[in-house]
Amino acid sequence: MPQMFDRWPHRAPRPGEAMAHVRAVESGKGLGTLWRIFRLTLRHPVMAGITIVATIIASGLQLAVPRLLGEAVDQAEGVLAGGTGASAALWQTALVLLGVSVARGLFTMLHNYFGEATGHHTAYELRLAVYEKIQRLSFGYHDKVHTGDLITVGMLDLDGVRMFFATGILRVVLLGILLGAGSVMLLTTDPLLGLLALSFAPFVAWRSATSQLELRSTWLTLQDMLQNLSRVMEENLGGIRVVRAFAGEAHELDKFDTVSDKALALAHTRVDLRVNSTAAMNLSFLISMGLVLAFGGEKVLSGTMSVGTLTSFLTFMTILQMPVRQLGLMVNSFARASTCGDRLFDFLDLDLDIADRPDAKPLVITDGTLTFEAVQFAYPSAPERAVLTGISFTARRGETVGIVGPPGSGKSSIAHLIPRFYDVTGGRVLIDGQDVRTLTLDTLRQAVAVVQQDSFLFTTNIENNIAYGDPWAKEQQIARSAEFAQLHNYVMGLPTGYQTIVGERGVSLSGGQRQRLNIARALMLDPAVMVFDDSTAAVDAGTEQRIRQSMKQFAANRVTLIISHRLSSLMHANRILFVEGGAIAEEGTHAQLLALGGRYRALYDLQSRASEDQSEAAE
Amino acid sequence: MTDSALEDIDTEEKARRPPKAVVGSSLDREEEVFGKAYDPRVVRRIWAFVGPYRKNLLVSVAAVIIFTLTQLAIPLVIRHAIDHGMVPGGGSASATARTTLYWVIVGYGLIIGVNFAASYVQELVVGKAAENVLFDMRRAMFARLQQVSLSFMDKTEVGRLMSRLMGDVNAMQEFLETSVLSVGDLILLFGIIGVLLWLDPLLGLITMATMPVLFIVRLFWLPPAKKSFMDAHHANSANNGALAEGINGVRTVQSLDRQRVNFDLYEEKSRTNLLAHLRAAKFAQVMVPIVDSLTGMSMATVVVVGGQMVLHRQLDVGIMVAFLFYIQRFFDPIRSLTMQYSVFQRAMSSGTRIIEVLDVPLAITDKPGAVALGADMDGSVEFDHVSFGYRKDIPVLKNVSFRVNPGETVAVVGPTGSGKSSCMALVHRFYDVTEGAVRVGGHDVRDVTGNSLGTSIAMVLQEPFLFTGTVFENIRYAKADATREAVIAAAKAVGAHEFIVTLADGYDTRIEQRGGNLSLGQRQLISFARALVADAKILVLDEATANIDSYTEMLIQKALKRLLEGRTGLVIAHRLATIRGADRIIVLQNGEIIENGNHTELMAQGGLYAKLYTMNYSSFDDLPTGIGTNPGADVGKAT
Repeated sequence: MPQMFDRWPHRAPRPGEAMAHVRAVESGKGLGTLWRIFRLTLRHPVMAGITIVATIIASGLQLAVPRLLGEAVDQAEGVLAGGTGASAALWQTALVLLGVSVARGLFTMLHNYFGEATGHHTAYELRLAVYEKIQRLSFGYHDKVHTGDLITVGMLDLDGVRMFFATGILRVVLLGILLGAGSVMLLTTDPLLGLLALSFAPFVAWRSATSQLELRSTWLTLQDMLQNLSRVMEENLGGIRVVRAFAGEAHELDKFDTVSDKALALAHTRVDLRVNSTAAMNLSFLISMGLVLAFGGEKVLSGTMSVGTLTSFLTFMTILQMPVRQLGLMVNSFARASTCGDRLFDFLDLDLDIADRPDAKPLVITDGTLTFEAVQFAYPSAPERAVLTGISFTARRGETVGIVGPPGSGKSSIAHLIPRFYDVTGGRVLIDGQDVRTLTLDTLRQAVAVVQQDSFLFTTNIENNIAYGDPWAKEQQIARSAEFAQLHNYVMGLPTGYQTIVGERGVSLSGGQRQRLNIARALMLDPAVMVFDDSTAAVDAGTEQRIRQSMKQFAANRVTLIISHRLSSLMHANRILFVEGGAIAEEGTHAQLLALGGRYRALYDLQSRASEDQSEAAE
Repeated sequence: MTDSALEDIDTEEKARRPPKAVVGSSLDREEEVFGKAYDPRVVRRIWAFVGPYRKNLLVSVAAVIIFTLTQLAIPLVIRHAIDHGMVPGGGSASATARTTLYWVIVGYGLIIGVNFAASYVQELVVGKAAENVLFDMRRAMFARLQQVSLSFMDKTEVGRLMSRLMGDVNAMQEFLETSVLSVGDLILLFGIIGVLLWLDPLLGLITMATMPVLFIVRLFWLPPAKKSFMDAHHANSANNGALAEGINGVRTVQSLDRQRVNFDLYEEKSRTNLLAHLRAAKFAQVMVPIVDSLTGMSMATVVVVGGQMVLHRQLDVGIMVAFLFYIQRFFDPIRSLTMQYSVFQRAMSSGTRIIEVLDVPLAITDKPGAVALGADMDGSVEFDHVSFGYRKDIPVLKNVSFRVNPGETVAVVGPTGSGKSSCMALVHRFYDVTEGAVRVGGHDVRDVTGNSLGTSIAMVLQEPFLFTGTVFENIRYAKADATREAVIAAAKAVGAHEFIVTLADGYDTRIEQRGGNLSLGQRQLISFARALVADAKILVLDEATANIDSYTEMLIQKALKRLLEGRTGLVIAHRLATIRGADRIIVLQNGEIIENGNHTELMAQGGLYAKLYTMNYSSFDDLPTGIGTNPGADVGKAT
């Protein structure tokens, strides 16, 4: 096999290219989608070309075999020449037959290999495009879309598109040549026998196609049912303590049986469907063969046909049988490619609602001032529900601003708007006078770090997790960040220290430890704006106190926002904003707000011990 | 689109591979059970599932034999037709031949009729029986898991069990469906050999000379080919794993601006995947020309040798034709039998994993003559010198004794790993004590029925676990016959009614994704309502550690109060408010009770409780190192 194809591509594509490769050229569903998949295939013209040529040659050679066998039989019977001439002819036929077989094998190999390889290359490109798209789509998109749906697009739909060339297009070529050229050969040799030999084809083709389509639709339903079954079991196992605590085992088995029995019934229906069609296809083929044998035999008897010709008719039928029966798979491939392709291309063609503008500039930090200017906001998933109705404030370098408020007051949304996780619906967010929407996302997000309450832990070692935003970081930097986040001692207590693998299936970290890791992650970026979004909620008070201490040095060089519902986390801030109903209700230092005696004061009382005792006594 | 901006990225930086970056899991995949091709124990156990369908199996084996025999017969029929039914040239010979031809055609018709019936019966019976066996197996596993010990469930990830319940069971399907077919393949293989030797021993031998060649080639080909197929499979899982990670972690990726680096790493993974698949495709396809060449060789042999023999009237031409037909099918059984071997190996490893699940030891079962706790049970809970450990060498509780009187609320506090959760599990007899006794209502829990224990004790877990279904169904989970009024009353009592009625469909709102559409506080309140509906004498509650905002907290404290009214309460407490509300506080450390008394008494004692209380720690779990706890208690929690 030529090695050059292994090394392709010589250069890894850039993310932009990955998306450009598959950009919409054609639109429209159904045929438009299939055409688009075909065009993606044509991006590998050499491979696709070799495949198609090999397919044509291989099927041509395939057709030669029955004819050669027929000739050999005739030669053996001495129909064409007698004595030594016949023997020489047999040798010649045998050698040609051997040659044709070897060549057919080689070209079939090329056809199969390059057919698959073309698909894999296309899949490789699509994979990159899908991944890049996922990485670039906004939070707003990811809020709406279920992760399972994206996985379906990236795995199953991609496979459906990948297989289209080999199982769809190539099969059309193969079947077309075999049936087309084959029919011409047979019909010109003997019209009646030719018709009989081909008589099974329309029935089998139709049966195969319809049953495959039916099987496909029942398969999809069965998958849904198994998905349900899977969900029932997964919930049961995940919630096994609840099940046991309430003695719910019998109830759970009932639930299982209901779903399982339905799935089993459908599985049986599918067996019926499959068997009905395969048995019928077999029978119709064998009937055709019997007809050829009967009428052909009659012709041989009457001397109008040689045994060799009859043999070539019969062997031709055996060769044609497989591809005709596989017509159903071809139809299935078309159906699958068209639905999978629709979904895949719909996804790839999505507009990025948060992306660099064409004239986007890099962020330039001068004073390090963050300004909210009459900011209004609603989540894209619920545009009619205003979350922020007009927030204005300014925070200068070195300042720490606390943001507090009841749940749903919009305090977290403030954090999301700074690095453009979402875009404002009114007003502006400015960093040193530059509207964040006019900046390149890269420079903006490197300058703004938001530590969220629960951020994702990657299944790799602690070091890589901390250095996630700066994978070029040195060990000392990583350890220093961890020290500041009060995580270092814990990590050093682990047998493998920073090399310990965490995340799914790794060592599990407690909520507090995860949050400290998040903080360490953010510190690595040395951001101009640092936002703690309820990021110490699971950290105990003592450790939080120490984190606060170490953050003091950090805070000097940047704007720090602390969003929390725990007043102890933010009462030391230079300024505190009490947010309610999407607007700033109270603003001032801890002392000022206490003195004000408003909502902040009420919350303070609620959280302080004295009032709890009171409220308990009052009840 | 962001293309233009992306082009500007510093190329030098791009060229350097970041040393501290990976995409996808850094852990190796679960070890595959490999090697053993045939394990009689596994086969025996799987056979037990086939047992109920033994009759179907017999029928289908008989059918497949008949089917294969008819397949074998067809070329012979053609041979007969040619040699005896087609004698051209007119005359009486032709006339008898014509009669023969008619009879042969009639015979052929009968054979294909039988062929049709046999193939129909065989596929139908095997297909359905295989599905039945699969579903039976899955049910047996699931039912087993309902009864296995909780310590097994704690140790085992749900994902792994699921892969056995779905993946491994499905892997058996291929095996079950094709194993009967391989009987047919064997018969076909030996049938062809036999028929060829019978038709003409010499020509048969020469023609089949290629068969051992194929065997030997396949023998050398199989191990590296299989490895390449496995590699491709694993590269694909790794690739997909990285994609799933990219989807799940997308918010973190974006906020830390890692898209660029991730793209390059993902590209590497995708390319590895691509190359592995190309390699596997090469291995798969390289057999094609070999098989075709060998087939060609055999056909050429028949043409030359058989042709000469026909020429010299040593062989009927029909036999030559029959040979040509058999050769076309010659290699099919060899190919599918070697395939079947791989399927068998896969099924063996899946079977081993399935049996592991079926063999998980059962949890505690009722002892004979166990009594049911009645409604007159007083609701007391007593630990009498209880020692307990999940493993014999590591005791979790050491000689713990305390009593909770009817109607009393006791808060159990202590650092992580102190044994609080074990106490709670023992009350419900999730495990058995190693020494001493746990008594509920004066009865040793080992002497009462599990069911009555379940109805006497309501549990609220730390993580409020909700099932897919409506809010209503979730609240009455513990009591399937609870009326709507009772459910609403319970929800009102715990303060959940207010938010439930604001949901889209009120009590009939469907809970998706384990309650992902509700806040943690709301889920907590629903789980309180669920416990209230259960209306048990004893309430065991593991308080949520997650930080909840002060407003929700207030609601929960109120609900908790309502829930504990008139009940015996054993609460693993994390919040000072709960602890202060308790009648008594038990402080556990390293499996021993170190303090026991009410708030005032413990404060006066000046022990661990007083120390933590004065330091104003909101939780007793995430203690800083050094304060009376073993550092890194959660280190060994790797699963």
